[in-house]
Amino acid sequence: MTELTAILVSMVLSATPLLLAAAGELVTEKSGVLNLGVEGMMIVGAVVGFGAEYNSGSAVMGFAAAAIGGALLAALFGFLTLFFLANQVATGLALTIFGLGLSALIGTAYIGKPLPHLPLLDIPGISDLPVVGPLIFGQDAIVYLSVAVTIAIAWFLSRTRLGLVLRSVGENHEAAHALGYPVRRIRFLAVLFGGAMSGLGGAYLSLAYTPLWSQGMTAGRGWIALALVVFSTWKPWRLLFGAYLFGFFSIVQLHAQGLAVPIAPEFLSMLPYLATILVLVIISRDAKRIRLNAPASLGKAFRATA
Amino acid sequence: MTSRGGLGSVTPRLELRGISKSYPGTIANKNVELSVMPGELHALLGENGAGKSTLVKIIYGVVAADEGEIRWEGRPIAVHDPASARRLGIGMVFQHFTLFETLTVTENIALGLEKERDIRRLARRIEETATKYGLALDPSRYVHDLSVGERQRVEVVRCLMQEPKLLIMDEPTSVLTPQEVERLFDVLRRLAAEGCSILYISHKLGEIMALCQRATVLRQGAVTAQCDPRRETSASLARMMVGSEVLAVKRPGEHKEGDEALTVTDLVLEPDDPFGTRLDHVSLNVRKGEILGIAGVAGNGQTELLRALAGETLAPRSDTIRIEGANAGHLGPAGRRARGLAFVPEERLGRGAVAELSLADNALLTAYLGGNVAAGMVQSGAVRDFASAIVKSYNVVCAGIDAEARSLSGGNMQKFIIGREILQQPRVLIAAHPTWGVDVGAALTIHEALIRLRDAGAAVLVVSEDLDELFEICDRIAVMSKGRISEPKRVGETDIDEIGLLMGGLFEDKQQAVSHAAD
Repeated sequence: MTELTAILVSMVLSATPLLLAAAGELVTEKSGVLNLGVEGMMIVGAVVGFGAEYNSGSAVMGFAAAAIGGALLAALFGFLTLFFLANQVATGLALTIFGLGLSALIGTAYIGKPLPHLPLLDIPGISDLPVVGPLIFGQDAIVYLSVAVTIAIAWFLSRTRLGLVLRSVGENHEAAHALGYPVRRIRFLAVLFGGAMSGLGGAYLSLAYTPLWSQGMTAGRGWIALALVVFSTWKPWRLLFGAYLFGFFSIVQLHAQGLAVPIAPEFLSMLPYLATILVLVIISRDAKRIRLNAPASLGKAFRATA
Repeated sequence: MTSRGGLGSVTPRLELRGISKSYPGTIANKNVELSVMPGELHALLGENGAGKSTLVKIIYGVVAADEGEIRWEGRPIAVHDPASARRLGIGMVFQHFTLFETLTVTENIALGLEKERDIRRLARRIEETATKYGLALDPSRYVHDLSVGERQRVEVVRCLMQEPKLLIMDEPTSVLTPQEVERLFDVLRRLAAEGCSILYISHKLGEIMALCQRATVLRQGAVTAQCDPRRETSASLARMMVGSEVLAVKRPGEHKEGDEALTVTDLVLEPDDPFGTRLDHVSLNVRKGEILGIAGVAGNGQTELLRALAGETLAPRSDTIRIEGANAGHLGPAGRRARGLAFVPEERLGRGAVAELSLADNALLTAYLGGNVAAGMVQSGAVRDFASAIVKSYNVVCAGIDAEARSLSGGNMQKFIIGREILQQPRVLIAAHPTWGVDVGAALTIHEALIRLRDAGAAVLVVSEDLDELFEICDRIAVMSKGRISEPKRVGETDIDEIGLLMGGLFEDKQQAVSHAAD
């Protein structure tokens, strides 16, 4: 494998957990709920997924358990914010702290235990092509799933009636309620979906990216996923681009460190964050586009009695 | 032997029996009885806060009644939510639109219909329905690009596409120009002729007398009268609505032309909010001893102009806005207040007052000049006296000056804010929607106070959507449309029709013609 191919392939690996979590959060936010607990749901997904695969020997079981674990944590968030009208920002932050602690507790039994890598797609002839072979035809199933789900979300939001209802709830919950849509139920389902996707994203880290469990292994990726949702101005296609952009810079800086580029490694480590912030700021300058795509009721509590 | 066509022989389409609803601290509806016949144009009349909106929300299933029975075509029914109301054939156009700004017209209408799933076919049907009733509407446009009148058309078309048997209109004309009102009435009359019942909610007597065949009058949540509005006078209807004789404001006396007090010259401002309106070369001047009114449909730049005048948004050049001849465009709100400007903003809570503060503290918020603050220390005795004076002279209903601002009703808060500004004896007063949401008696108090202020030599600028109000108190009226302002007309030399045409934007063509001629 050439240097370029290696960078591109690892870019995809590094972007996939972000893409999964961010795509879920995008749906949650489009329904008008701001769940800042992505980091917490990811890490719980990571440890639950690891435990499930370790005990069952099945990667499918691992990812399924991770999705359920993430969704359970999201359900807790949903109950507190949608039915007990707790503040979404504070609850989301608490969820992250809770998830980090809970995962450490569950994970003590799994520290240092190895898991096998996920099988990669292998189409004889095609997967051996230079660059595109490993990049497009030689990834694991979750990479394809993450892209497919993102495309499906784009289609769901813009083309389906349920997607329209979801957007309307996020745009103006009072009006949606007046038209007779079950605002809280729709939001709860969106929150669950977001949790399940975050769980998958976390599990990708512990089952595929580096198949072992270590405490705090999400390392802030949940926050990056949250930023990506804003950076993409709530558009799935841009999310895809943003996740791969961040993944690309994360890998480039690693390679640069390996090549002993005369820049302090501390500065190189900042590169993905700086690059993402820069792009974010440049894109955020178009206020009209943001206003058009940002869910107007984002983070606002809804009381059904009005 | 009853005749088949007689109203008496027909079952009412909708009948309410003994509907009651109370909220903590207030009774919204008390034992309300109401019946609407097929094809009837029925008015529900009452002041702001009389319980009209709560009642129709009960009918439409948004709010559940505490007691009482709703009958639909003779059968008792339970309306749990708006969807079941729509299935029965009840359509509603809300006072505050239930539209989604970032969606297209078609998407908005799709959300209100349960059956239609094919967006393209729906767009065609929207055009058909709109054309049938003479309501021009482009289904592919985004709602945030539409004018307020067009937005209402979306709501109306959405209801019509459900082929309703009962259409509820909640204060539909407050956002329309007089000409648009006429067009809406034509649509409603036609619907009624086709057999649809209309429940028309309003506090505007003239409209009800022109449109409706029967009226039910609500006061403090209870039905106080049933009548045929075509046989009543506005005075008798007002009496039913208010419960006492309604006095008219004394027409302002002869207008003495004074010096220019507030002058705006060629103000151009890009809006902060991408959906806001650009102020397009706005010029105006208010002289001492006059009330200048600015009419216009909401969203035509009034908000932006008010903020620019108050100093929330600074003018691009300091001489663009002058107060008593001195440049003020560069001054913030405090600097302009120091020059004698006072301001009643559009939003009562949030801009006019702080919801969590007491009335006394809220009084201090703008009245920090004069004796209320000395050497940087708040003189709490003076502040309390000042707040008490406002409460007393403007008859503010509250639990005392220590009550939190948010505990007051909108109308009472408005009286308090107006009182706070007028009692400071400003030399220039800018008042946005001074009587919005206040009852008839309080509106009279506020109008008289504004006229007294003018007679004392102050310049007053009133921005309002209520043309009757402007014609009652103003000396001159200008119109805002799409961020531009028309030449002001003397009240004696114009009428509601002319102002209405200007509100529709007709003056633009004339101005463009002038500027083309100049090229």
